[in-house]
Amino acid sequence: MTQLLEVTNLEQRFDLNTDLLSKLVFEKGRIIKKERLVKAVNGVSFSVDRREVFSIVGESGCGKSTVARTVVKLIEPKGGRIRYEGEDITELSRTEMLPFRKRMQMIFQDPYASLNPRQRVMDILVEPIIFHGITRSSDEAREKALEILNRVGIRPEQASRYPHQFSGGQRQRIGIARALAVEPEFIIADEPVSALDVSIQAQILNLLMDLKEEFSFSYLFIAHDLSVVKHISDTVAVMYLGRIVEKGSKAHIYGNPLHPYTLALFSAIPRISGTKMRTGRNLEGEIPSAIDLPPGCCFHTRCPKVLPVCKEVVPEEREIEQGHFISCHLFT
Amino acid sequence: MTVTARSGRWSAFLQSEFFHNYKRSLSAVVGSILVLFVLLVAIFGPLWTVQNPYNIASLELRDAYKPPAWVEDGESRFFLGTDQQGRDMLSAIVYGSRVSLVIGVAGTLLASAIGIVLGLVAGFFGGRADSIIMRIADIQLSFPTMLIALFLMSVLGRGVVNILISLTLVGWVRFARTVRGETLSVKKREYVEAARVIGLPNVRILFKHVLPNVFASIIVLATIQVGNFILTEATLSFLGLGVPITRPSLGMLCNNGFTVLYSGLWWVSILPGLYIMIIVFGINLLGDFLRDELNPKLK
Amino acid sequence: MNDTLLEVKNLRTYFHTFKGIVKAVDDVSFSVERGEILAIVGESGGGKSVTGFSIIRLIEEPGVIESGEILLEGRDVMELTEREVDRLRGKEISMIFQDPMTSLNPVYTIGRQIEESLILHTKLNREERRAACLDLLRSVGISNPESRLKAYPHQLSGGMRQRVVIAIALAADPKLIIADEPTTALDVTIQAQILRLMANLVRAKNRSMILVTHDLAVVSEMADRINVMYCGKIVETGSARKVIDESMHPYTKGLIDSIPNLERDRMRLSTIKGIVPNMFELPEGCNFAPRCSCATEFCLRNEPQQREVEPGHFVACHFPLRSGTYGLSEQTCGRSGGVCS
Repeated sequence: MTQLLEVTNLEQRFDLNTDLLSKLVFEKGRIIKKERLVKAVNGVSFSVDRREVFSIVGESGCGKSTVARTVVKLIEPKGGRIRYEGEDITELSRTEMLPFRKRMQMIFQDPYASLNPRQRVMDILVEPIIFHGITRSSDEAREKALEILNRVGIRPEQASRYPHQFSGGQRQRIGIARALAVEPEFIIADEPVSALDVSIQAQILNLLMDLKEEFSFSYLFIAHDLSVVKHISDTVAVMYLGRIVEKGSKAHIYGNPLHPYTLALFSAIPRISGTKMRTGRNLEGEIPSAIDLPPGCCFHTRCPKVLPVCKEVVPEEREIEQGHFISCHLFT
Repeated sequence: MTVTARSGRWSAFLQSEFFHNYKRSLSAVVGSILVLFVLLVAIFGPLWTVQNPYNIASLELRDAYKPPAWVEDGESRFFLGTDQQGRDMLSAIVYGSRVSLVIGVAGTLLASAIGIVLGLVAGFFGGRADSIIMRIADIQLSFPTMLIALFLMSVLGRGVVNILISLTLVGWVRFARTVRGETLSVKKREYVEAARVIGLPNVRILFKHVLPNVFASIIVLATIQVGNFILTEATLSFLGLGVPITRPSLGMLCNNGFTVLYSGLWWVSILPGLYIMIIVFGINLLGDFLRDELNPKLK
Repeated sequence: MNDTLLEVKNLRTYFHTFKGIVKAVDDVSFSVERGEILAIVGESGGGKSVTGFSIIRLIEEPGVIESGEILLEGRDVMELTEREVDRLRGKEISMIFQDPMTSLNPVYTIGRQIEESLILHTKLNREERRAACLDLLRSVGISNPESRLKAYPHQLSGGMRQRVVIAIALAADPKLIIADEPTTALDVTIQAQILRLMANLVRAKNRSMILVTHDLAVVSEMADRINVMYCGKIVETGSARKVIDESMHPYTKGLIDSIPNLERDRMRLSTIKGIVPNMFELPEGCNFAPRCSCATEFCLRNEPQQREVEPGHFVACHFPLRSGTYGLSEQTCGRSGGVCS
């Protein structure tokens, strides 16, 4: 089966008022129940094949990190289906998820917060190996840990150190090593290089690409930077306010971007030899709040090509060319 | 784990920033000297005291109310004077401090154990468990601790075990609230998320990933709580609701001497009181230093 | 009138920590002309932010500005008393910080915070101040400023907050603005807006700006001149075009090459090998030598000084990547003897 992950109409909401008392509001002389929901993910669908790198790109608040966390079931989805290699994992309990935890792993964004400061690096690696029974003895586990650390560029004598003794780039390597420890097939990388310096970003991206070739991983890669994602992706989806607005292969998105938001993202990226920023037209306005989503197309408040229908009707996803999908009224 | 020699760890500690700041902090050094002194007195004191004040047979009533050695009429044998039964004050303070310290430390250990577990559960799992635990804590906090302790002791009766029960029931709340607060922020950190993605069971996550990172605040709170419990017990005993007469603590000794305080026989009450002050002061100094050192936000 | 607004000479700012001395800024000299945007570029730990803070003497324990001159229109900022520096801050030199969430005080309204700067540095009365606040908000692109005056920071989005921060920075009409990573915490589409706004506001009144950032791409679009810093030293300085298109220093080139480029499509990104060095154990010679693919024994032992390789373009390297018009061609590459590949 080539399709590893299939996500259909995923929905995720966060309730800002956690107990009943804070939901009650005194308005117009009566006490009414007012809910403040952050509608983080509103009907997202995509699939990732074996050995494919699928990237989700968007600005903060678009819901991409939430999608990542929901797909790996760190948070339970509020709607939609998640299928891993054909099996529906949407409603599996903690214990039922355990076999899948060996196959799906995650790399986190902040190298300064993704490692337990009270655990030595060796223990950070050994813990998942022993828990999932990857090796038969704890000695073998330590050997394997050293092997993986070596593969990501951490020397054996450093394994007994604590995270704070390493630089940001090295900590990120350790985080990658931890994800590799259970021998997964699918890795979700949540902005793995956003917190790193530019020259270290390049090292880590190269490492991720090399590992993918060596171990035949699939990646779900979350990023806010279209240029970072170009080097590593096969397929790219652009998200805005909880929805995918455009989705397609690398060639489609970088060669023929169509959605006004995608175009805006491209023009906003400062180029190393460009003058676009000083002369070009950039997107005006602020990103609306996810609590009060604009009706119709969520982008209409900032869209330079907005039509009257955009303010009322949510655009459906259409396949504009083979493998290139777009949700925009301009293309119906 | 690692093949670090014992001496390696010790020398690493001596070179650490923690020790460096410790050396430079007057309050830390004074505090630890005081605490060390008190501990040594409590452990080894009985070997050196003139008498065992609990051994009634060794007391003689005609030795009663002798003043301290440096006052006129004092004897060098009873360096700090004697009380109404002829008990040597110095010996009584030494033995009394053992009781006070045991109660303070044991009480803290018990209260912290319960408080930590409840705090972890409330903070990590949230929901109903959190609501219930926190509501109980809130209700309990709306009464003065001393009042609750007094009530409990009057119901249970005097005795060391009863005091420990009361202190635990009164003292768990501070630990629970502190731990819950820290747990709330630690559980959102990415390394906890990583542990959940690996599939580790909650218990393991709580004790291996959350608790060690919450520990710093617990240590600080615990050092302060030892002092608080000693004071609470002293007050309870002073009011006659604490330790039994046969095993007087420092507070009890204060109480014993209170009736004659204004007759000029000051040493019977004041000296044990001063010693309580020394113990608590030393602990607080040490606790202050630890709090500043272990707080990463101040760095 | 002299065109040089700011001159920094041999600035040294060291941090005296438990583990040793960190030479965050080590003998740094540069100047800023009127109406110019100078960018200080480098990675974390390079010393660029500390340079910015040193200029307005915002350095605190355990950091100490050890030596150097900071001449603002001829006056040495280092010689001023604390009170005089207070008057300088906001009025002549102003600063924009990185994180708009923490640089605004959450318990005061926006209007109050802008007004504070006006109260300190101008002699306007109440109505005049209110009018000035509204003007400032409009100039930074905030629509409907009357309603915003009474808003609190948490009620605004990140981009709006940064606009307010810019408004506060410009309130007393400073000559120099130091912007420390002003858009790093913002989304890409907002970043573009804010950068454009800043460039316009600076140029409109012939003000100068020092833009501290790690993002070379941002810099290439906005700056007139660039200083590239590594481990406390300026390794290359020159006009933006020259530094980016004709880099002399291997570090600069390495930085530019490791930026994922939308135009080019490579299988692997080129990187700068190694990690950022331990600031307590800097090498004897050139700080960058351990990571430099062109370094020789000579580089490891001898610290390079800044040399002018063509008019206005300086580099601190024994074997710069290009020969430049001043013909230092005898040593273009330590290893191959020819031009560095």
